[in-house]
Amino acid sequence: MAIFSKFSSLFKRAHESAAHERGHIDWQELESTLISADLGPTLAHEVAQQLKEDKKLSLHGALEQLLVTKERQLNLAVAGPTVILVVGVNGSGKTTSVGKLGALLAAQGKSVVVVAADTFRAAAREQLETWAARSGLICFGGNDGADPAAVAFDGVSQALERGADYVLIDTAGRLHTKEGLMDQLGKIRRVVEKRAHVSEVLLVLDGSTGQNALAQAENFTAAVEVTGLVLTKLDGSTRGGSALAIERSLGIPIKFVGTGEGVGDFSPFSPEGYISGLLSQ
Amino acid sequence: MFDALTSRMSRTLAGLRSRGRINPVDLESTLGEIRTALLEADVALIVVDQLISEVRRRGLEALSLKQSGINPAQQVITIIHEEILKVLGTNARSLATAKRPPSKIMLAGLQGSGKTTLAGKLALWLKEQGNTPLLVACDLARPNAVQQLQIIGEQIGVPVFAPESGNGIGDPIKVAAEGLAFAEKRLHNYVIFDTAGRLGIDVELMKQARAIKSAITPDDTLFVVDAMTGQDAVNTAHAFNTAVGIDGVVLTKVDSDARAGAALSVTSVIGKPILFLSTGEKSQDFEPFYPERMAQRILGMGDVATLAEQAKKALDEKSAARLEEKFTSGEDFTFEDFLEQLQAMKKMGSMSKLLGMLPGMPGAQGAAMKKQIESIDDSETDRAAAIIQSMTPQERINPKIINGSRRLRIAKGSGHEVSTVNRLLDRFTAAQKAMKQLRQGGSGMGAAAGLPPGLAPSSGSMGARAARAHERPVKKSRSGNPAKRAQEERG
Repeated sequence: MAIFSKFSSLFKRAHESAAHERGHIDWQELESTLISADLGPTLAHEVAQQLKEDKKLSLHGALEQLLVTKERQLNLAVAGPTVILVVGVNGSGKTTSVGKLGALLAAQGKSVVVVAADTFRAAAREQLETWAARSGLICFGGNDGADPAAVAFDGVSQALERGADYVLIDTAGRLHTKEGLMDQLGKIRRVVEKRAHVSEVLLVLDGSTGQNALAQAENFTAAVEVTGLVLTKLDGSTRGGSALAIERSLGIPIKFVGTGEGVGDFSPFSPEGYISGLLSQ
Repeated sequence: MFDALTSRMSRTLAGLRSRGRINPVDLESTLGEIRTALLEADVALIVVDQLISEVRRRGLEALSLKQSGINPAQQVITIIHEEILKVLGTNARSLATAKRPPSKIMLAGLQGSGKTTLAGKLALWLKEQGNTPLLVACDLARPNAVQQLQIIGEQIGVPVFAPESGNGIGDPIKVAAEGLAFAEKRLHNYVIFDTAGRLGIDVELMKQARAIKSAITPDDTLFVVDAMTGQDAVNTAHAFNTAVGIDGVVLTKVDSDARAGAALSVTSVIGKPILFLSTGEKSQDFEPFYPERMAQRILGMGDVATLAEQAKKALDEKSAARLEEKFTSGEDFTFEDFLEQLQAMKKMGSMSKLLGMLPGMPGAQGAAMKKQIESIDDSETDRAAAIIQSMTPQERINPKIINGSRRLRIAKGSGHEVSTVNRLLDRFTAAQKAMKQLRQGGSGMGAAAGLPPGLAPSSGSMGARAARAHERPVKKSRSGNPAKRAQEERG
């Protein structure tokens, strides 16, 4: 918690902070701290610059300003099941997030169908089935190598028949640089929309991702219009600062955070907790 | 993967190069830009600062010497190159082997870093070299990790030792020990232990990893790290190194456009080399790591040596020689060549992967060409091949004659829409144009070592050639005589 003593004057709210106190701040050090939290050199510099200019601004306030969206609830369907498409790069934690989000919704008394449209990775379907069995979700999956769009379509159809409240579609991890695979994602969405409106597209982002996170978000948004972020693996020493840049430049709200290995380690995003996390060391 | 850093560095260094003589102020602004570039590339702060201060010290020293005959800008470039090479780890090595087989390799890393996939790739790589690897499924934590490894093993034809079904049940230490005994009994000469992903701060799981390690005493403990990781890579690597002990590093997801800086700085912080790169979704997308090549790549010199090596594997000597001649002679790139390359590339790996090895091409034209080639992905190469195969030989050589009715016929013949055929034609024309310009030296650095000549297995010294191309302005050859022109290019 060294940073609290080093930059203590920056933590005070406007009226408490005397303007002259900022003279003692080691701005270089502040930037370094922000860079270490994966904010990137440009954004870190910008934050420091803002604090230098606006002496009434607190560090907390400056970072909070970067969280530009205020609405962080799931977008719900007007009628019928709310369809949520879950996308992301390999290993970011999509399947785990689908399992945990499903459990969260099920705990609220909702009926949830999870669809294993990851027909590429070995045993992805079985992994989701295990999650579903743990938390009482209905799991629907296709065979390995099946067309993921068809599997998603069938899954959504099933959910409609059953009158489920939510359908969570788990897709195969793909690097955002593979255009063909990104097109496939667009196709999954289009095909599903023939059956029901997709209310939410969640991009799952590994909290330890560096400056590449923005490129990921840009490409996924171009392909399927991402409406929310799930920031995972915030349980280590990672602080997930790269998500800040995404929310600021693309206006995509961070909606959930995954904080551990257990089913319950998943919660709606809290700006307060996130920013404190960014500044802890 | 280092594209962005490469292009940024290229710009910075081009600024230096164009001047020839630099002063301390220039040096400082250049260092500032390099610092930002490295940080944007996720190189750990501590490593960046070390690097910058070392380059500054040596740069100033070089400036004060003012030796005649030595270009000071060139000197700074050399210094940066050397220092980056230092960060990358100067002693590349391959897998450690046991005096008495089996050689034991343990994989460790965070969740989602790609351990299980990598286990399969490593096993396949070993198998292809005539070894008899065994995979041991010690990840009993993640749901169905064991099953994933079993499926991978089946796909690549490598046996998997998996007595426990996983999903939180079973003792990974016992599985590891039994797996080793099994390998000894069956005379496997390599055993790869896939362990559960864990966090550096998770004391219990780290203890378990250490217990597995002491149960099997691996010859090589490899830390698997995602190339897209940010600043935290250093903390994680440090934690793993302290708690478990790491002998080497494997970088995964290198086929992303991440600049992978942090993963590289891992080697600097823990002082262990990167052994392998995992570069794609297919089991064969796996290659040894060469620090020298990577340093060159960061500096915008491209990874031509790797490209040439892979091309050697895929293209047969004769057709490669023909291609080389075609390009140096300035003949048009035709659909015939394109098809041949597509087929060769399929053997080599994906387009975008190849692209990553190309030298940095600064400027809009380089970017445009990259975009062109990048937008061709694997399933698309199949489609493109089908379309080209539906063309007559004449059409392949002279695509200009492909009019509306020919397009319709090609579309029908290949089972595609006319629009798809049009897209391919457009792309092809653009690529053809870009290559022509490239050959004429239009894009400055990297042009002389562009894709087509680099594909030639006959030029084993491509790396050196690319480096030479840097030291002098690209010669604009205009000779119409193919032989003479080729001679000119070789200098």
